[in-house]
Amino acid sequence: METFSSLADGFVIALTWQNLLLALLGCFLGTMMGALPGLGPSNGVAILIPLAFTLGLGATPSLILLTSVYYGAMYGGRISSILLNIPGDEPAMMTCLDGYPMAQQGRAGEALSLSGIASFVGAFLATWGLILLAPQLVKIALLFGPAEYFALFTLAFATLGGVASSNQAKTAFAAALGIGLATVGVDTQTGVPRFTFGEVHLYDGIDFLVAIVGLFALSEVFLFLEHRHGDSDAKGSKVVIGRLMPSWAVVKSCIPTMLRTSFLGFLAGVLPGAGASLGSFIAYTFEKKLVDKEGTFGKGDPRGVAAPEAGNNAAAGGALVPMLALGVPGSGTTAVLLAVLLALNITPGPLLFTQQPEVVWGLIAALFIANFMLLAMNIPMIGLFTRVLLIPPRILMPIVAMVSFVGIYGISGSTFDLMVMVGFGVMGWVLRKLDVPLVPIILGTLLGNAMENNLRRAITIRNGDWTALIDSPLSIGLWSLAAIGFILPIVVGRFVKARMRRMAKDEEGSIVD
Amino acid sequence: MSDRIFGAVGLLLALGYAWSALVIEESFLSDAVGPKAFPYIIAAVLALASLAIILRPDAAPHWPTLPRLLEVAAAIVVMLLYANLLPVLGFVFATALAATYLTWRLGTAPISSAVSGCLTSVGIYAVFHLVLGLSLAKGPLGF
Repeated sequence: METFSSLADGFVIALTWQNLLLALLGCFLGTMMGALPGLGPSNGVAILIPLAFTLGLGATPSLILLTSVYYGAMYGGRISSILLNIPGDEPAMMTCLDGYPMAQQGRAGEALSLSGIASFVGAFLATWGLILLAPQLVKIALLFGPAEYFALFTLAFATLGGVASSNQAKTAFAAALGIGLATVGVDTQTGVPRFTFGEVHLYDGIDFLVAIVGLFALSEVFLFLEHRHGDSDAKGSKVVIGRLMPSWAVVKSCIPTMLRTSFLGFLAGVLPGAGASLGSFIAYTFEKKLVDKEGTFGKGDPRGVAAPEAGNNAAAGGALVPMLALGVPGSGTTAVLLAVLLALNITPGPLLFTQQPEVVWGLIAALFIANFMLLAMNIPMIGLFTRVLLIPPRILMPIVAMVSFVGIYGISGSTFDLMVMVGFGVMGWVLRKLDVPLVPIILGTLLGNAMENNLRRAITIRNGDWTALIDSPLSIGLWSLAAIGFILPIVVGRFVKARMRRMAKDEEGSIVD
Repeated sequence: MSDRIFGAVGLLLALGYAWSALVIEESFLSDAVGPKAFPYIIAAVLALASLAIILRPDAAPHWPTLPRLLEVAAAIVVMLLYANLLPVLGFVFATALAATYLTWRLGTAPISSAVSGCLTSVGIYAVFHLVLGLSLAKGPLGF
């Protein structure tokens, strides 16, 4: 009951005009960013963080804006999957399999609204899951001391590559690089400068916002310059949308699918290292195994559209659970959201629920509101978003680059930070070419300091005894999970990833002939 | 081969990082761990990961041809110039120039690029400065 009264308080906070408008703006921008191929949820949120700052918004309003963008982008990713067979973001990859065939049969409108409904169901149920699960997790997290936190951070990094990771060495490299970047600057405990090379600008460390915007947004611009995506222009105009509302019979046939896959997706989101991409993959394969008796999956089966969309939106909600309750994000975009929280001087974790309940519950209420807004936006106004796909990347990418510069300059007003950002952009480009994941770098720059502080606290309490790290059953459990989480993908990772790829390819092949 | 070079660079980076950690001047007031231990751990992880990448490299990525590479290099130079010229030229001019260049290089005709670049610049100025009140770089003309 306590939960419901907190939730009611949350709604009181979220239901102000300013917050409603921000949620609306966030949903709209998020859906657009999700729809545009190349700009995923992480990029979308990264570009808008500086905006939230420079608007001088408080903690709760900024979070409302940015999580609406997050949910919006998860909704939007399906649009280009269905219409162009190009996933708007990685989690929307599985939606191509049945969405595009439906569009080719002239049922694009139906696929779009059905996937909109599925996204709604997934996100709605996941938000309930968040409400029920997060406070329980907080109770466990209150038992954590510095040693357990250090183990938890290690666990987060070890599992970040995810089950689908094919090269754990590169994930480890990225995490170490990020943590290394975090150590630049004056050491908080002893006050000595580290790795600054006498450069005064580096004394307060590298701003993680600069790193995030550079790595995500600018590297995207470089990738476009390299490939010069001129040929992907304006394909959307050829697609016939068709009737907009699916018949009740179709929706009804998808309801069990949506419920099942929402649950699966939520689980995938909560578990570290799985994330939304895997959520939609598991959801799709599970449904295919379970209900695909006539072999219609991959040929435009509505259930094949509903499954991955419910799955990935539920995973998006699920990923917020560890982020809010433990301060350890479960996916790339929640890592970026964590950056927002940290920059707003809010430390997520168990204490957040007791000390600043208004932030948590205001946010959760806003998620519900954003969900209804997105449902309303994504069904009747879908035509508007399909128009967005007509903006050619050659016009769009320069705007993205310029907005990134404006955002960073607006925060710091320093040319030095802009140069560092360009540096990160180049680094991001090279690393993406080499298939090194960027998310661990971001997470490293975000959590590096907290990780080091917990390590030093744990050992200082015990007067320099390093065995303090493995002294409690809880921390031993976390270390073992970390070890399993790191080693497991080496064994099964190649298999899972190859299967995801093969499936996407097979279905593409069957479309062609 | 790309991965082997990458691993070697990573190894050098790890060594450099460890060496910079070694020369950190410790203050007389220090906790039991000190400012060096954690960087050593990170350097070790970095080095091990680099070694693993050298020993088991992935297939080489598709690197762009020289002209495309120059294209990216030119864009980097333009962005660095933009960062430095921003306080000199003012936001509107600098942004219009940079946006025009990028739009042009992404395959738009020169005149359309100039139009698009100016619109981008003025549009961002209007939204971020005039509507949202963000302080942008002021040039000699005040905008």
